[in-house]
Amino acid sequence: MAKIINTPLTDETAKTLRAGDRVLLNGIIYTGRDAAHKRLVEMLDKGEELPMDIKDQTIYYVGPCPAKPGQAIGSAGPTTSGRMDAYTPQLMDAGLKGMIGKGLRSKAVVDSIIKHNGVYFAAIGGAGALLAEAIKEAEVIAFPDLGAEAIYKLRVENFPVTVIIDSEGNDLYKSGKELYKK
Amino acid sequence: MREIDVQKITDEIERLSIESNYYLPLDVKKALEDFLEKEESPLGRDTLLDILKNQEIARTNHVPICQDTGLAVVFLELGQDVRLAGGSLNEAINEGVRRGYEKGYLRKSAVDDPFFERKNTKDNTPAIIHTKIVPGENIKIIFAPKGGGSENMSALAMLKPSDGIQGIKKFVLDTVDKAGSNPCPPIIVGIGIGGTIEKTTLIAKEALLRKVGEHHSNPIVAKLEEDLLEEINDLGIGPQGFGGRTTALAVHIETFPAHIASMPVAINIQCHVARHQEAVI
Repeated sequence: MAKIINTPLTDETAKTLRAGDRVLLNGIIYTGRDAAHKRLVEMLDKGEELPMDIKDQTIYYVGPCPAKPGQAIGSAGPTTSGRMDAYTPQLMDAGLKGMIGKGLRSKAVVDSIIKHNGVYFAAIGGAGALLAEAIKEAEVIAFPDLGAEAIYKLRVENFPVTVIIDSEGNDLYKSGKELYKK
Repeated sequence: MREIDVQKITDEIERLSIESNYYLPLDVKKALEDFLEKEESPLGRDTLLDILKNQEIARTNHVPICQDTGLAVVFLELGQDVRLAGGSLNEAINEGVRRGYEKGYLRKSAVDDPFFERKNTKDNTPAIIHTKIVPGENIKIIFAPKGGGSENMSALAMLKPSDGIQGIKKFVLDTVDKAGSNPCPPIIVGIGIGGTIEKTTLIAKEALLRKVGEHHSNPIVAKLEEDLLEEINDLGIGPQGFGGRTTALAVHIETFPAHIASMPVAINIQCHVARHQEAVI
């Protein structure tokens, strides 16, 4: 049975989530891939204000397809998270709480998740059409020159994800594999 | 000698780029359904069900299965009795890609240089084009868009002949294990063995064009495909890396004669969105 969770995430909510939990996310999340992450971190380095208040927010690693007429957004599944590892600890220090992507994270990211009571979710890689149906509104709020890699503000309803790394540092990619290894 | 206007190739590429991104081949769908029956992990089963639901939504609503609509990889089999008219073949293919990716609302994922500015070309060109000259007066086009997530987990090794089958197995298992959840399992593993560095990589990619689970005609190679599939699925990675019995849907191997000193092995990993469509002109 999936847990229904609202964004922004609080410390209390994050602490209730465990690696392997199925979750339906509701509320606002932001998109960001490699190029947007690089710019956000450069802005932090220069002491500039970020294009959104990042406290307790969740970033979804996605570069969507263009929306067809009548769609809020085109197909929108996760991209590989590891490419964002270099930037993640600094964004978590600035207040970022949740991340949605797919694939392995570095030790520095896991440590940062534990330190900040964060959570790393996976959405199903390759399920872009299914995931787009849970995105009700999409608006570009920063870096429009990056095209599909711009930062979008998304309103999601029952967006399906699975907890991979919880606030205690448990990792489903390790525990799940151990369970079924022969 | 048959004359074919390259405009026809543009039209076909436009259509194939859209259709390949919307409609998952039915053999891939069937393989997902078969593995769902056997999957032991509850989370793995839910994940396979969502993957099947996703391709159905894409098929019904005519939208991309995955947002990564790939680099445009085109395999051409050009009959030697064909005379191409009306312009450049490569330009005709790129024009088809340009039109298809625009009209189909597909994501443009190509950058114009790999390591300095990385500016998006905004029309998903250039296509990666592989041309073979074959007997006859037809042109066969296979359009196989390839996403970055699984391509990034691919690998090449120049093994020694003395490494043998055990060496090949170890390289494949290590590569899949290290890739873990990154290439969006369940995956299809395309393997090229033999030839030179470029030949082995090309046949690894060609192996992905085979119908899922169809074995190599040589029983020794077919046995290696079967053994590797079982050993990969014993790794426990499972659908999306959440743990389970379905890490790969198939292992496809192509071989080529090699130098007396060499045994190159290339592994091209393909995610479950194993897209390819073909047409004959």
